Amino acid sequence: MDLDPLLLSRIQFAFVISFHILFPSFTVGLACWIAVLEARWLMTGKALYRSLSEFWTRIFAISFGMGVVSGIVMTYQFGTNWSRWSDIVGNVLGPLIQYEVVTAFFLEAAFLGILLFGRDRVPRGVHFLAAVLVATGTVISSFWILSANSWMHTPAGAELRDGRFFVTDWWAVVFNPSFPYRLAHMLTAMFLTTGFVVAGISAFYLLRNRFLDHARVGLSMSLALITVLAPLQIFLGDLHGLNTLEHQPAKIAAMEGHWEGGARAPLILFAIPDNEAEANHAEIAIPALSSLILTHDWDGVVPGLKSFPVADRPNPEILFWTFRIMVGIGMVMLAVALIHLVQRVRGKLYSPHWFHKVLVGCMPLGFVAILAGWFTTEIGRQPWVVYGMIRTADAVTPALTGGAVLTSLIVFMAVYTVIYGAGTYYLFRLLTIGPARLNDEDLEVPAVAQGHQPKRPLSMPGESIEPAE
Amino acid sequence: MEGSLLTLAWVAIVGFAVFMYVLMDGFDLGIGILYPFAPSEEARDVMMNSVAPVWDFNETWLILGGAGLFAAFPIAYAIVLPAMYLPLLLMLIALIFRGVAFEFRFKARSSRHLWNKAFFLGSLLATFAQGVVLGSFLQGIEVEGRNFAGTMLDWLTPFSLFCGVALIAGYALLGSTWLIWRTIGILQDWCFRVARRLLIVVLVLVAAVSLWTPFLDASIATRWFSVPNILLLSPVPLMVGFLAFGLWRALDEGREVLPFAFAMGLFALSYLGLAISLWPVLIPPGITVWQAAAPPETQVFLLIGMAFLIPTILVYTAYSYWVFRGKVTGAIGYH
Repeated sequence: MDLDPLLLSRIQFAFVISFHILFPSFTVGLACWIAVLEARWLMTGKALYRSLSEFWTRIFAISFGMGVVSGIVMTYQFGTNWSRWSDIVGNVLGPLIQYEVVTAFFLEAAFLGILLFGRDRVPRGVHFLAAVLVATGTVISSFWILSANSWMHTPAGAELRDGRFFVTDWWAVVFNPSFPYRLAHMLTAMFLTTGFVVAGISAFYLLRNRFLDHARVGLSMSLALITVLAPLQIFLGDLHGLNTLEHQPAKIAAMEGHWEGGARAPLILFAIPDNEAEANHAEIAIPALSSLILTHDWDGVVPGLKSFPVADRPNPEILFWTFRIMVGIGMVMLAVALIHLVQRVRGKLYSPHWFHKVLVGCMPLGFVAILAGWFTTEIGRQPWVVYGMIRTADAVTPALTGGAVLTSLIVFMAVYTVIYGAGTYYLFRLLTIGPARLNDEDLEVPAVAQGHQPKRPLSMPGESIEPAE
Repeated sequence: MEGSLLTLAWVAIVGFAVFMYVLMDGFDLGIGILYPFAPSEEARDVMMNSVAPVWDFNETWLILGGAGLFAAFPIAYAIVLPAMYLPLLLMLIALIFRGVAFEFRFKARSSRHLWNKAFFLGSLLATFAQGVVLGSFLQGIEVEGRNFAGTMLDWLTPFSLFCGVALIAGYALLGSTWLIWRTIGILQDWCFRVARRLLIVVLVLVAAVSLWTPFLDASIATRWFSVPNILLLSPVPLMVGFLAFGLWRALDEGREVLPFAFAMGLFALSYLGLAISLWPVLIPPGITVWQAAAPPETQVFLLIGMAFLIPTILVYTAYSYWVFRGKVTGAIGYH
C-alpha cells in the first residue's frame, strides 16, 4: 500500500489542532471570568464569589492542563512533519511563536500555581493579581498565535529570496492585513464559548434546584455577556468576511458556493456543490442577496470559482457547509440573547423554565462554531500554506515516510481518545458535584490544614469525585 | 562581527533554555522515575505534591528551547526534528500521560493505580526518549542541502539507547536530592539511601558516555585529547570528581540542601562537556551555529524582547518557588 505522507500529515495536523483549539477556546474566556469573580470577592468579601471562583478555577485547571499538553504536540509538529515550512517561514514566524512562549506561557504557568494553590500563602491582593496575570497571559497568547496564523493568510512585511522569507518590516508582519479582524472575531468567539458553558451549567443547577445562589450569579453574568457579544460577533464576522473577499476571493467563492460569480449574485441557502460538474445541485437561493452582503450593493460583483485555475481552488464541498454551520450557530446565539432580554424584562430569568433547558442544550454551540469557523478559514487557504506564495505540498518534510506518519497518527488518535475521554469524564463529575458551600463566617477561621491538602485542582477539600470500587 | 555577536547571544539563550529545562523538568521527571519504589502510598502523595505547583512551569522551558531553536536557528529545527520523529513522538506521548496524571490521580479511586502507572511510565519513557534524542544527535545527522536525508530509524543505535538509560539514572539522582531537600521522615531517609546508589550508577554511566563520545567523531577526540587542550580542559573532569566527592560527603553527613546543589552542578558540568565537544557545530557532524543562524533582522527583533522578558521570567520563577517554599509533609490528609 502506498501511503502519502503529505495527506497523512495534513490529517494528523487537522486532528491534533482540532483537539487543541477546544481548550484555549474555553480557557481564555474562563480565565477572564475567574479574574472578574476574584475582583468581586476582593471588593465585596462575599463567600459566594470566592466559592464560585474556586469552582471554575478547578474546571479551568483541568482544561488548561489538557490545552498545554496538546499545545506542546503542536509546536513539535511544525518541525517533524512540516520541516520545509519551518525552513521557509522560520525567519518570520519563529519569533512570533517565541514571543508567545515568553510573554504568555511563562506568565500563565507561573501564576496558575499561585492561583490554584497559593490562596493561603500569599496576600489577597497578590492572589487576585495572579488571576489577572493568568487571564492576561491567555489573551496575549491568542494575540501572537493569531498574528502568526493570519500572516500565512495575508503575508506582508517579508520578501521571498532563494526560497525563504526574509523580514523587511516587523510591524507589517505582526499587524498583517487580516490579523485585526481574525483576532477580534476569534476572541469574541472564545468569550461566547465560555459564556454559553457558564450559562448552561448555571441553568442546569437551576433546573436541578441546586446551588441556586451560584447559579443565579453565573446565569445573569454570562447572559449579559452573550447579549453584548452575540450581535457584535455578527458585525465582526461581516468585517472579517469583507477582508477575506479583498485578500482571498477564491475562499469566499467556495464559502458562498459561487461558481460563476458576477453582479446580483444570489445568496445560496442550500446546495450540494460538486467539483466534477463545477456546479451546485439542489440549490435554494435568494436573488442578489449575496452581492448585497459582500459588497453592500445589490449590483456588486462577487467572485466565482471558475475564474480561478482548478489547481488554485479551495474545496467548496466542505467550505460551503462549515461556513453555514458557523453562521447558523451565530444566529442561534443571537436568538438566545434576544430571548434573554425578554425574560429579564419580564423578571422571569431565574424561574425554572424551558429557556433553561435550551441553555443546557446550547452548551457545546461555541465549540462547534469555532471548529467550523477554523475549518472554513484553514481549508479555505488551501492549496496554499502561505497564501498565493507557498503550496502546502511543498511544505511537508521530504524524508518523512508514510509509515512513520501513519504510526504517529494512530498513536495520537488512541492516546487522545483515552486522555480526553478521561478528562471529559472528570470535568463532568466536577460539574455535577458543583461548587463548595462556603459561608461568610467560615472564612473568618484561618486555614489550618495548610500544606496537608493535595495540591492539585481535582484535589480541593471534599470527597473523591470518582465512585469507589 | 555584529552578526556573529548576535548569533553568540542566541546560542547562549537557547543553550540556557535547554539547560533550565534539563535541570527543572529533570528533577520532577526523576521523582516520577523513583515513584513506584517509594516506601509508601503516603510518600507517593508527598512526592507528587512537592512538584505539583511547579511542574507545568518547568515544562514550559521545553517549549522555550524548541521555539527558540525554531526562531533563531530555523534550519536546525527543520533538520533535527524530522530525524528524531519517532523518539520525539514517544517523548510527547509520555509527557501527555505524565502531565494529566498530576490532574487526575488524586481524586481517582478505582482507577488510581492506573494514573500511578501513567505517572511512572510517562516520566520514565519521556526521560529515556530525551536521552535517545541527545545520543542520536551526538552521533550525527545525515543532511542533504537544507533537509534531513536519513531514514526514520537512523536514531536507533546502541549509543543512543545507552544515553537514554544514562539520563534515566541522572534525572533520578536529581529527583532524589530534590526530595531530600523538600521532605522529612521515612521518605527523606529513603532518598538518602537511594541517592548514594544512584550517584555511583550515574558516575559509571557518565564516564562511559564521555569515553564513548570521542569514538563517534575524530574531531571530538582531537578537541579533548590534543596537546594544549587536554591540559586546558582537564578542569572539567576534575571538577566532576570534586563535585561527586562533595555530594557523597553531603549525603554521608545528612545535609539537606547541598546534595541537590551538587547534583545540579554535576549536570552543569556534563552539559558544559557536551558544549565543548560540539562547539561551534550545531548539527553534527557539519553544520555550525554560524551557518544555521537566522538573519540579523530576525535575531534583533527577538533579542530586544528577550532582554527584558527572560530576567522578568526568572524573577517571577523565583517568586513562585518562594511562595511554595518549605518542607512538604503528608502527615494527615487523604487516604
